[in-house]
Amino acid sequence: MVMFTLRRFLQLIPVFFGATLLVYFLVFATPGDPIAALSGGKPMAPAVEAALRAQYNLDQPFWIQYGLYLKNLVTMNLGQTFSGQEVAAVIARAYPVTARLAIMALVFEAFFGVLFGVIAGLRKGKLFDSTVLVASLLVIAVPTFVLGFVLQLVVGVQLGWAKPTVSGSAPWNELILPAVVLGLVSLAYVIRLTRASISENMNADYVRTATAKGLSRRRVVVVHILRNSLIPVVTFLGADLGSLMGGAIVTEGIFNVPGIGNLLYKAILKGESATVVAVVGILVIVFVVANLVVDLLYAVLDPRIRYV
Amino acid sequence: MRLSRTSQALGLAVVVAMSLTACGGGAGENTNATGDATKVITANNTEPQNGLLPANTNEVGGGKVMDLLFSGLVSYDAKGATVNEIADSIETKDSQNYTIKIKSGKVFSDGTAITAQTFVDAWNFGAAAKNAQLNSYFFESIKGYDKVSAEGSTEDKMEGLKVVDDSTFTVELAQPESDFPLRLGYTAFYPLPASAYKDPKAFGQNPIGNGPYKLAEGGWKHDVSIELIPNDKYEGPQKAKNGGVTFTIFNNPDSAYTEVQADNLDILDQVPPSGLQNFKTDFEGRNVNQPYAGNATMVLPSYMPEFKGEAGSMRRQAISMAIDRQQIIDKIFYGNKKAATEFTSPVIDGYEAALPGSEALKFDAAKAKALWEKADAIDPWPAGKVLTITSNIDGAGNKEYITAMANQIATNLGIKAELNPIASFKEMRALVNEKKLTGASRAGWQADYPSLYNFLGPLYGTGAGSNDGDYSNPAFDAKLKEGLAATSVEEGNKIFNQAQEILLKDMPVVPLWYQAVQGVWSNNVNTVEFGWNGVPLYYAVTAK
Repeated sequence: MVMFTLRRFLQLIPVFFGATLLVYFLVFATPGDPIAALSGGKPMAPAVEAALRAQYNLDQPFWIQYGLYLKNLVTMNLGQTFSGQEVAAVIARAYPVTARLAIMALVFEAFFGVLFGVIAGLRKGKLFDSTVLVASLLVIAVPTFVLGFVLQLVVGVQLGWAKPTVSGSAPWNELILPAVVLGLVSLAYVIRLTRASISENMNADYVRTATAKGLSRRRVVVVHILRNSLIPVVTFLGADLGSLMGGAIVTEGIFNVPGIGNLLYKAILKGESATVVAVVGILVIVFVVANLVVDLLYAVLDPRIRYV
Repeated sequence: MRLSRTSQALGLAVVVAMSLTACGGGAGENTNATGDATKVITANNTEPQNGLLPANTNEVGGGKVMDLLFSGLVSYDAKGATVNEIADSIETKDSQNYTIKIKSGKVFSDGTAITAQTFVDAWNFGAAAKNAQLNSYFFESIKGYDKVSAEGSTEDKMEGLKVVDDSTFTVELAQPESDFPLRLGYTAFYPLPASAYKDPKAFGQNPIGNGPYKLAEGGWKHDVSIELIPNDKYEGPQKAKNGGVTFTIFNNPDSAYTEVQADNLDILDQVPPSGLQNFKTDFEGRNVNQPYAGNATMVLPSYMPEFKGEAGSMRRQAISMAIDRQQIIDKIFYGNKKAATEFTSPVIDGYEAALPGSEALKFDAAKAKALWEKADAIDPWPAGKVLTITSNIDGAGNKEYITAMANQIATNLGIKAELNPIASFKEMRALVNEKKLTGASRAGWQADYPSLYNFLGPLYGTGAGSNDGDYSNPAFDAKLKEGLAATSVEEGNKIFNQAQEILLKDMPVVPLWYQAVQGVWSNNVNTVEFGWNGVPLYYAVTAK
């Protein structure tokens, strides 16, 4: 298991470099001129323009630009944004906010998703099951920004239960509303996955055996059915954690959360490769680690799976 | 995506609407406003793109903060008239040599005195190539600018600036420019304390100014908020009437709108497109809708063969007359805009609504079609050629009105016309700067300072910095020069309007409508007045 983990971490290295190269190239290849945009359509003195181009290595060919970026990376220098701030500092400000939001959304969708899914799965075809199925279908069908704006208006303005947008420090309580919006769609998927998995496993041989052994229903459900049914759910949650950590551009926009999604969106529009590559680099690591955790969890959930 | 604020910060002309009927409706005098002078006002803003240095701030987000932190030789009142601030007098006999006297006893918020040298140093710093300040071109009329701004130049003193004594300095321009004194309230011309030059970058994060406000200790929390507190050393017309202004950074005007509805944010100076229909009822008695110094236009590049010569001239006129501005205003902007009748803005001193030739900006489908056919007889429009209108679509609202406009042109002229959508502002600017447009393109202008010339010179002068369509007409250039050499502002305005008559014939761009600001405020503050540039007069806002 240690070897397995180690091997996976070693795999991270080529993946990381491949991804940064690719992303750097993509930003390089997007049409447009970031320096021209800096002047906002107003004139710019030629000397100023040349100085800015040189400052961000934009006057160099692609390979030299990328090489210089890597060189800085080795010394842990992530470069500067077009506004002259350190990219590392910008990310350090935004990331904790996104991470907090992502964890809250994940806890919300995992807890309620599994809970509702199990109940629905055990009472297949009953009123609760059908209600949950219809409700989850609705949630999946409604786009996030509609959900976001409606909840913001109803809960934030009309009922006044929460502040409509998140303040700068992004405290936990203000993040509840955005986390619910963010987690709702995944919640619907988790419910459906759990329900399907549970109802399938209910008829499995080992469940019959367990029941025949005289185990309590509670023990059969929690230890035997649920544990075996969680594998697809955990896979889904792992991938979802990765994308949640990547920031939710729409949700962060609606609730004015100063997170990584907003940062990335603005950086892409501006063609700010230093920021885009740094953020994507971090995301690559997050994804790989999230996937690793999921793989390790398989072994916990199903003793038949072993890693060497 | 609904993150339209980004592109607005990038200097885009924003899609805003106005109505003449509502003009001045909300912007009443604050006579009966006896508010709590210690309460802090909150307002929306975007993250300033650069450190807060006068000569490096060229966009709305930073500009709003700079104008509160600093004050220049002159300032602009709500109507855009210049008022002496630090300047005691600005005198000239020939519009080329200016003698500027400054008031004594003026200090920065840290107590450093402001002298003639302070201004000379600040302007030299802003102009010098080695400092790479975005606004450096603002100093181009000063004699010696060409030397300090040349690429690789290490010189940093313009010969046109001379200190006479502590309170007097002289400015020699490269040529007569009568509107030079009007410019002096613009951000680029603010003074800088000597401490700024040691480490401009650090200063930009923690600026020390001489304006009605100063930055609170650690007041700039990036991407989150900017906290300003009154500067008790400031004496002048813009003295703070509240306990401070805190800007909250919003990436999305929709969420700021919601916050004002919930009374958590006091002032929003940009109602999002989604709110245009309802903001007057959502904020009854707490809204404003007034024109500001900006306009929206459509560039018809002079380098396109189809727009050259006599036939090209007719086509430009035809396209202008094929656009039913009022219909777009009514349907897309809910009637809240005013169609353009010339190239500047109604809030600018010298504006004339009905210049000779302005009928070319009136909708007349029959005349447009006839002109287009006449042009075709001289030089046929290439068969099957589509007239594209290029625009970035990351800013809210562009797509809708341009599609409508393209449809009108297509229907009324019997050609194909369509929106050519561009993903981002940087891509759009690259196309424009490299002169690679193959059709019309969306444009607009927001005045830097209240003057007719600012709407004409930088946009349509031969080789001018923002002359996107490469327009050039020696007769127009001569008129501009004549207007600048005029001895009075009124005389100059008359000549600038004659220059506009040339533009109305040549139609280098098609003026569409005048920009207006829609602002709303919360129940916690008294009536908010908005200025000539669409920015709220934050210093005059009082809390209830």
